Amino acid sequence: MTDLLELGAVEARAALAARDVSAVELASAYIAAAEETASQNHYVAMTAERALEMAAQSDARLAKGEGGLIEGLPVGVKDLFCTAGYASTACSHILDGFTPTYESTVTANLWREGGVMIGKLNCDEFAMGSANETSHYGPVINPWRGKDGLDLVPGGSSGGSAAAVAARSALLATGTDTGGSIRQPAAFCGVVGLKPTYGRCSRYGIVAFASSLDQAGPFSRNVADNALMMQAMAGFDEKDSTSANVPLQDLTKAVGQGVKGMKIGIPSEYVMDGMDPDVVTLWQQGQDWLKAAGAELVEISLPHTKYALPAYYIIAPAEASSNLARYDGVRYGLRVEADTLDEMYAKTRAAGFGEEVQRRIMIGTYVLSAGYYDAYYLKAQRVRRLIRDDFDTVFRTVDAILTPATPTAAFAVGRKVDDPVTNFLNDVFTVPANLAGLPGMVVPAGLNGEGLPLGLQLLGRPFDEATLYAAGQVLEDSAGFTATPTGRAGGQS
Amino acid sequence: MSNLVSGATGDWEVVIGLEVHAQVTSKAKLFSGASATFGADPNQNVSLVDAALPGMLPVINHECVRQAVRTGLGLKAKINLQSVFDRKNYFYADLPQGYQISQFKHPIVGEGVLRIDLADGSSRDIGIERLHLEQDAGKSMHDQHPSKSYIDLNRTGVALMEIVSRPDMRSAAEAAAYVRKLRSILRYLGTCDGNMEEGSLRADVNVSVRRPGEDFGTRTETKNLNSLRFIQQAIDYEVARQIEILEDGGEIDQETRLFDTSTGTTRTMRSKEDAHDYRYFPDPDLLPLVISRDEVDALAAALPELPDDIKDRLTGEYGLSPYDAAVITEERETALYYEQASKGRDRKLVANWMTVELFGALNKSGQTLADCKVTPERLGGLVDLISDGTISGRIAKDVFADMFDSGKDAAAVVEEKGLKQVSDSGAIEEMIDGVIAANEDKVAEYRGGKDKLFGFFVGQVMKQSGGQANPGMVNEILRRKLDG
Repeated sequence: MTDLLELGAVEARAALAARDVSAVELASAYIAAAEETASQNHYVAMTAERALEMAAQSDARLAKGEGGLIEGLPVGVKDLFCTAGYASTACSHILDGFTPTYESTVTANLWREGGVMIGKLNCDEFAMGSANETSHYGPVINPWRGKDGLDLVPGGSSGGSAAAVAARSALLATGTDTGGSIRQPAAFCGVVGLKPTYGRCSRYGIVAFASSLDQAGPFSRNVADNALMMQAMAGFDEKDSTSANVPLQDLTKAVGQGVKGMKIGIPSEYVMDGMDPDVVTLWQQGQDWLKAAGAELVEISLPHTKYALPAYYIIAPAEASSNLARYDGVRYGLRVEADTLDEMYAKTRAAGFGEEVQRRIMIGTYVLSAGYYDAYYLKAQRVRRLIRDDFDTVFRTVDAILTPATPTAAFAVGRKVDDPVTNFLNDVFTVPANLAGLPGMVVPAGLNGEGLPLGLQLLGRPFDEATLYAAGQVLEDSAGFTATPTGRAGGQS
Repeated sequence: MSNLVSGATGDWEVVIGLEVHAQVTSKAKLFSGASATFGADPNQNVSLVDAALPGMLPVINHECVRQAVRTGLGLKAKINLQSVFDRKNYFYADLPQGYQISQFKHPIVGEGVLRIDLADGSSRDIGIERLHLEQDAGKSMHDQHPSKSYIDLNRTGVALMEIVSRPDMRSAAEAAAYVRKLRSILRYLGTCDGNMEEGSLRADVNVSVRRPGEDFGTRTETKNLNSLRFIQQAIDYEVARQIEILEDGGEIDQETRLFDTSTGTTRTMRSKEDAHDYRYFPDPDLLPLVISRDEVDALAAALPELPDDIKDRLTGEYGLSPYDAAVITEERETALYYEQASKGRDRKLVANWMTVELFGALNKSGQTLADCKVTPERLGGLVDLISDGTISGRIAKDVFADMFDSGKDAAAVVEEKGLKQVSDSGAIEEMIDGVIAANEDKVAEYRGGKDKLFGFFVGQVMKQSGGQANPGMVNEILRRKLDG
């Protein structure tokens, strides 16, 4: 069985088509792997029965020589995605037992292309967090361990997704990225994660955090697998007014096209105090790899970068404070009974939302309130515009930008949980892409001195994911990143 | 005409502005595909979006946008090719999203104008400040259960146009005329059915008073008035209340008030201090709403003729009084009826017959023009018989009454009942000779100078003819015989 877990998505798809393995065997292997790694808390709910059913249907199609892009491939789904007939709670107490009758567009696309749903993956409550420690269902443990042997966070908010793909309890996984929630955990767990251009993947059926920033994307073990999954999940959707009707490039073809003649921007602003020196070294290494592969490096400046984080922590909570108003105990989810409507609201929301979610609702309410709106929200929107302009300017000369993914590798569970501001700094390199709506990819590229994975980030022009896959594949090939975590299924621990 | 209200210490001027909420005529709601029809069982017209389930997103119903543009064009207003939907945040049990999607800073329609028609036949222009699109909320019912409230989400998300006037009105009558005209235009355009009883059209009334020539006073806003009578009552009550407070040396609190339909009075709903902070911000689920100039032009080209234009034609070309013209043009159906009935005929005569006999009969019977048996052609036929002297105006009233009940043509009624006017001069002369012979004493008195007796002779002749003698000829021949 362990052998099956070693197959990447592209390899597994070929093996399925050749009928060397069956989708049911593959699904069974991943269900077993999820059970084996259950102590890491990747999944908040397994859907094993459904997985085997879907796998059997895949086998039937494959037997006839049919099948979609990811036919028979096991997929884990972040609990932020609504899945018809299966509890979808955004890992929040307030959505206890909420089981939608509808399917998110992204997961519907994946099932249409033959994906097999293994279960719902743990995440930060309402995707608010950078360590997967705010989940109502407890923290996710990173399958990687440092030399000190402490339990590490997988990053967040899509911590369950990144950890599951790293630990082999999912072959592929969905994530969402509002300020780095795909890319930061991908870096912490040593897997590939893409945040597509805003508007590429439909937000329909995904529990909203910050509507103007949220974007769904794929997790995989390597770049080619990622392109395959992205090809299956993306696309225009008229049910999402912000969905872009821009034809998707052939991403699987883009992988392997190389970077010869490409101009790669190196922004001088992507350094900060407290950065792991290994991160700086790896970034330089990444530049060398791209140059060796025929790319031209260009020093660029993105002068408003330092304002991205403060702007983000105004805009995202502002939108969240409004988006989360619907969780009021009236129609679904948790309700704490009380004598008056206002009391019921207060008690339900106090009991149903965790501390981080409450913090952001309060910040968001504050920055939108009369007398503060101009100074905070409006100013943050102006900053956002300037950040977008920074990128527009440099993308006139460069094809992609290379940056570190995170300032450090994964940290210990519980270490930063009491210090929200330090937690926020995790997103410093990832947030600008959300504010500007750009695609960003994180590729695992090396280990730090502690033996923990570090990632590099590529940023691209709007709707040009193809360039990221081409450059990402070069980084992957050059890095030769083959390390696997000790906490993986079939591994040592 | 002075609108000043006299108080104990002098005159006061009333200042009124209206915010009218008009439900957009459309099959589906503003941002969901659920039906927008009235009268379904509770919670039957509710989509996942309306109920604000997790992950649900609004998608604009473009027909509602077109309706708003049509309305803007009908109000001769500026159409904003780009507008923005904002969220108005507040918690209430019948507001599932926790916010209403509305337009705050950038409405779809800007400044326009509405001409109101007053009882004395005069007209006045009232400024329109803006029109914006927004979602309606659901309905809370607090009287169905001793300790629970019931919520009906059928209306949740239905498209409303909020039409905001300038503070240009100076009396309750002007406010009523404004709503009447606005309703008329909306119905001509087919953008709102104007049904106030069902809540398709409701008004918030802003009222203040001031000494003539001074700055605006502090206003109050009375919410959700759903009849012309209530609007006028609420204004009259507010004006009297405010004047009394000010004359006693008090101050008006800027506040939101509720109208009590049973007493005709208003009371405080919430004061300025308790006003909500709605935390408006652009809805990030929706891109700015963009309409092309071409689409606006196409909608403008397809606009029906509106009451003011028809009224101008009726008073100008046809010579009707402003009052009759206003009455006839208030409803599109009536105006069309009139055009059909009066075409190629005596326009004024048809107008008289419509406003007096036809409307009177409709009022009395409770019928509408749509189910009336007297079609425009039939009314025209009746007027033809009057004009060509076949029947007199008096006989025509009887003929009309018959037509109204039976649905017959005027000519058929006249034929059946033998009501044809006698215009045979020989026959009339014979009748007159008979009357003169039978009343020689009166003839002598008349010729002795008692002119008033002329009417008596006319009456006698008409009586003899059973009302069918041509009155003009009777007059003429009588005068010749008596005076001759």
